Amino acid sequence: MALPRRRFDTLIIGAGGAGLNAALQLADSGARVAVVSKVFPTRSHTVAAQGGVNAALGNKLPDDWHWHMFDTVKGGDYLGDQDAIEFMCREAVPTVYELEHHGVPFSRFADGRIYQRPFGGMTRDFGGEQATRTCAAADRTGHAILHTLYQQNLRARTHFFDEYWAVDLLRDEEGVALGALVLCIETGEPLLVEARTTLVATGGCGQLFRTTTNAHINTGDGMAMCLRAGIPIQDLEFFQFHPTGIAGKGMLITEGARGEGGYLENKDGERLMARYAPHAKDLASRDVVSRAIAVEVREGRGCGPDGDHVLLRLDHLGERVVAERLPGIRDLCRTFLHLDPARDPIPVFPTAHYAMGGIPTDRFGRVVAPARHGPEEVVPGLYAAGECACVSVHGANRLGGNSLLDILVFGRAAGRDILAFLEANPHHRPTEEAAVERAMARLERWERKGEGESPQALRDELQRLMEDHCGVFRDRATMAEGLQRLEALRARIAEARLQDHSRVFNTARIEALELENLADLALAMVTCAHAREESRGAHSRVDFPERDDRNWMKHSLFFLEGARVDYKPVRTRPLTVESFPPKKRVY
Amino acid sequence: MRLEIYRYDPESGAAPRMQSYTVEIRPGMMLRDALLEVKAGDETLAFRHSCGEGVCGSDGVNVNGRNRLACITPMAELREPVQVRPLPGRPVIRDLVVDMSTFYRHYREVKPYLEHRDPLPEQEIRQSPEERARLDGLYECILCGCCSTACPSFWWNPERFRGPQALLAAWRFLADSRDQATAERLEALEGPYRLFRCHSIMNCVDACPKGLNPTAAIARIKAEMLKESI
Repeated sequence: MALPRRRFDTLIIGAGGAGLNAALQLADSGARVAVVSKVFPTRSHTVAAQGGVNAALGNKLPDDWHWHMFDTVKGGDYLGDQDAIEFMCREAVPTVYELEHHGVPFSRFADGRIYQRPFGGMTRDFGGEQATRTCAAADRTGHAILHTLYQQNLRARTHFFDEYWAVDLLRDEEGVALGALVLCIETGEPLLVEARTTLVATGGCGQLFRTTTNAHINTGDGMAMCLRAGIPIQDLEFFQFHPTGIAGKGMLITEGARGEGGYLENKDGERLMARYAPHAKDLASRDVVSRAIAVEVREGRGCGPDGDHVLLRLDHLGERVVAERLPGIRDLCRTFLHLDPARDPIPVFPTAHYAMGGIPTDRFGRVVAPARHGPEEVVPGLYAAGECACVSVHGANRLGGNSLLDILVFGRAAGRDILAFLEANPHHRPTEEAAVERAMARLERWERKGEGESPQALRDELQRLMEDHCGVFRDRATMAEGLQRLEALRARIAEARLQDHSRVFNTARIEALELENLADLALAMVTCAHAREESRGAHSRVDFPERDDRNWMKHSLFFLEGARVDYKPVRTRPLTVESFPPKKRVY
Repeated sequence: MRLEIYRYDPESGAAPRMQSYTVEIRPGMMLRDALLEVKAGDETLAFRHSCGEGVCGSDGVNVNGRNRLACITPMAELREPVQVRPLPGRPVIRDLVVDMSTFYRHYREVKPYLEHRDPLPEQEIRQSPEERARLDGLYECILCGCCSTACPSFWWNPERFRGPQALLAAWRFLADSRDQATAERLEALEGPYRLFRCHSIMNCVDACPKGLNPTAAIARIKAEMLKESI
């Protein structure tokens, strides 16, 4: 079959902050870059990030990247790789300045410097007093950054393939990445994008859960593509529930609300966090705050007629702080709750938010997988960055303000390493036709006609299953049952049918393909969570409530083939400083 | 509640039509929720949507004659039957999905990126809170297209008039104390069409789901041009 082909130096899949920052580095260096995105770039979910990006600029209080590094290691419950964390915290400072030079409309202090606010888990002097480290553009930091990066890519004349959906990665027999098969959503026609290097930057998979801060598009496409390409997914059992989603609805209320002085209250009017984190209180790390809220509700101290949420109070901050620093969440509250947070408390509950796990990479953004000579062998030509990747800088729990940082730093790092790879590998390799056929088969599977369940209904069922069996608190029995149900559901998904087989802008087809991706990631998540018999960061086992460094200070690797789990050690050696040894984690 | 939704399938050869659906309204339900419920029963309905909270700008549609974002339009506010059509004046690809390429082209044409020509400082370029405040009401645009596709001048001259969105973007950079391309930006908007087709009809202001005011931005550009010319 004559498949249309396009050829580029680099294919970037995903147009969020990671993809666009990599694209910018590359396009500005003269590489031919194609960015494929299933939505117009500024619709990528980076746009919804609110609170800010961490960098030890020290614009308000003295600060040091080394303190930031300590906080990130501790926040991740000692599962993060310390070489990558050192790199990220050092790079944070020039990265934020570079963004500012690109035009990001950061809020400002009176002296004209970038505004910074306090955020959870951020301290001075290695666990001392609260730090003020999170650089913000009001509470629309993600929007400001994403639009700026898109704008700069327009200047750099990056090639954009807007509304193209990536079907599968292509690798040759030696495992070298060759590009991807993509689908033009508007015409329904497949297109082969051949590239010497491929960067997966497809974001998270929050659509695994029913109540989520994530957008409809966050279906983990890149992670699932890697799984199918024989690459394992790392640490997917660590999934963050954000403490303050709007109760029952899921829209995010930024941690910046607590950074600006907001606090959580139970039905007795108690500041509940004093009990769980006597020192940091409302600015403890997110896993701690989420569990605290869940416990309050479970023990009958929740608010509202059903006692199913707690309240986030901002009404003491005053009109000006809310208007200037939190205008976006004020809009959200007015639209979805008909209340003004400058006067009324906001009902909140932990909501699925962020995947700490993902495609295993090193600190240069190169995908690493066990092949022949150990667990960290580089997959030639393949890169991953952003939420879909697991470097791992977030370990078992990500700190607020570190996700924008992660996508920017590692998008940029991947861009740089890709340039070196392109120089060393100046020629395209021949496309493996068998790989193209396998990818095409994925599309053809949904051409089957006849009776069958609808993908839409199955997606709803999958989301409920994950919420019931792999939520904030986990135990063996619940997850074992979840695995059984998941197996049955996956069998039904394999038999599902589309009724609509049209070509042009067939969103039902895209959603069916996304459902397959979610189903593979659900299996990865529950399998690894079931296997990990300890509590660490966001992974909270009722039946194993303690962290177990002797047996479990290691990364999980899930392989799709045989649903197998393997492990690899945590890199505890930083680049230049002393290692932070595991300590009991208190806030 | 009854919805009448514009349907067009280019592959069927049939003419566009309005199709009726009935959706049970829940408290707090938004138009996007209603469209999703329709789609659950009829997977052939195509529309764009993503974040569900009015920040990604995907789901601009025309509702009872007004351009709005479906995800932040409460069903309770709408008159029955709720008429949902694609954004006006753009070629329809399918159902509620329109071709926005002309709209995006105008955005690109205004060079919507910061141009700072002095050597860059090692740290941030300083900007006072007052200078930064000039960007409020400008930088928040989500490129949903509700404004430009509500603008009669854009309907008549879609190829030549930049439209309210692109002009708001142009002013966002003109207004930025860090930008040093003022003369070129103004010059690029001269002539009878690009800027001056705006007749202050203010449909854009009415349509903007983020409460921004492109008409005011356009007036500021005109004033700035006048200042430059004398």
